[in-house]
Amino acid sequence: MSEHEEHTTHSQGFYLAIGIGLLVLTATTVGAAFVNLGPFNPIIALLIATIKATLVVLFFMHVKGASEKLTGAVVVSGFFFLAILLSLSLADYLTRSWR
Amino acid sequence: MHDSQSTTGPATTMEHEAHNPALRHHFADAQQQKNAASLGMWLFLVTEIMFFGGMFCAYLVYRLAHFNAFAAGSQQLNIWMGATNTAVLIVSSVTVVLAVKAAEAGKRKVLVGYLVVTVLLGMTFLVIKGFEYREKFEKHHVPGPTFNFTDKFDDNGKQIPVNPKEAELFFSLYFAMTGMHALHMIIGCGLFTVLAVLAWKGHYNPGYFTPIENAGLYWHLVDIIWIYLFPLLYLISRHS
Repeated sequence: MSEHEEHTTHSQGFYLAIGIGLLVLTATTVGAAFVNLGPFNPIIALLIATIKATLVVLFFMHVKGASEKLTGAVVVSGFFFLAILLSLSLADYLTRSWR
Repeated sequence: MHDSQSTTGPATTMEHEAHNPALRHHFADAQQQKNAASLGMWLFLVTEIMFFGGMFCAYLVYRLAHFNAFAAGSQQLNIWMGATNTAVLIVSSVTVVLAVKAAEAGKRKVLVGYLVVTVLLGMTFLVIKGFEYREKFEKHHVPGPTFNFTDKFDDNGKQIPVNPKEAELFFSLYFAMTGMHALHMIIGCGLFTVLAVLAWKGHYNPGYFTPIENAGLYWHLVDIIWIYLFPLLYLISRHS
């Protein structure tokens, strides 16, 4: 049991490093918004947001160190259903113009 | 805390767990109890993802349909207040995770300190958000009878007029999404205030700090929602 508990948290320096990484990514996304990248502007912005969210989920919410496989399955299923919601809605709205 | 109250069961193997007063009798050991609480919390967070997912979906559909109006509306938001709030939330996520670490190490005063700092950062976010909302009222960008939007979409120097009804849609989504997010922040601040008081009274020890961990999970999710709201609402076509 104690082995699991040791793995749930990281060192203070590690958390500060992740925090600084998230702040740097925030500055990057603001900077990138002022550069004209054409259609890539929203893609870059969402890519950076997803990297930030992944860092938070893996290292702050300790999904990476979670001992329960079931918890991991619940997390993945949540994002899976969100993907269904977004992709099927867009599959409808994005294909209406040809009518 | 470690009095004569015994919860020894057949599956209990470790001494500190046998004397852990927080261990409920229907769990085999503290780790199983913790896993069950964590699973329940994640199930709740998944419903939260779907709840905000509906609004994100509405946002996506309308943004694709009325891009110019959404870009013109986005250019009226205060990007620096938004960016500052993103930074405030990230720092508060770090203090939450350090609070969990302090709870695990049994450092009561450090734990209370981080919880209080988290609440203060949450309130800082809400105050900045309040100033942003005031700006929206002053500019008549709040949806309703007084809504007024005459700005044009600046497409690399080309001024394209915008339908105010479409811009109103953007601000409706802005207020719905940031308002719901702010409500979650208010609940989070209340939650951490209660936890700080309980932690000060010594309710948590290295063998039991699940409420701190689960409130932390909630706070991180609220942080993640803002991480997506910020680029989607504030950063549309800023380069022109």
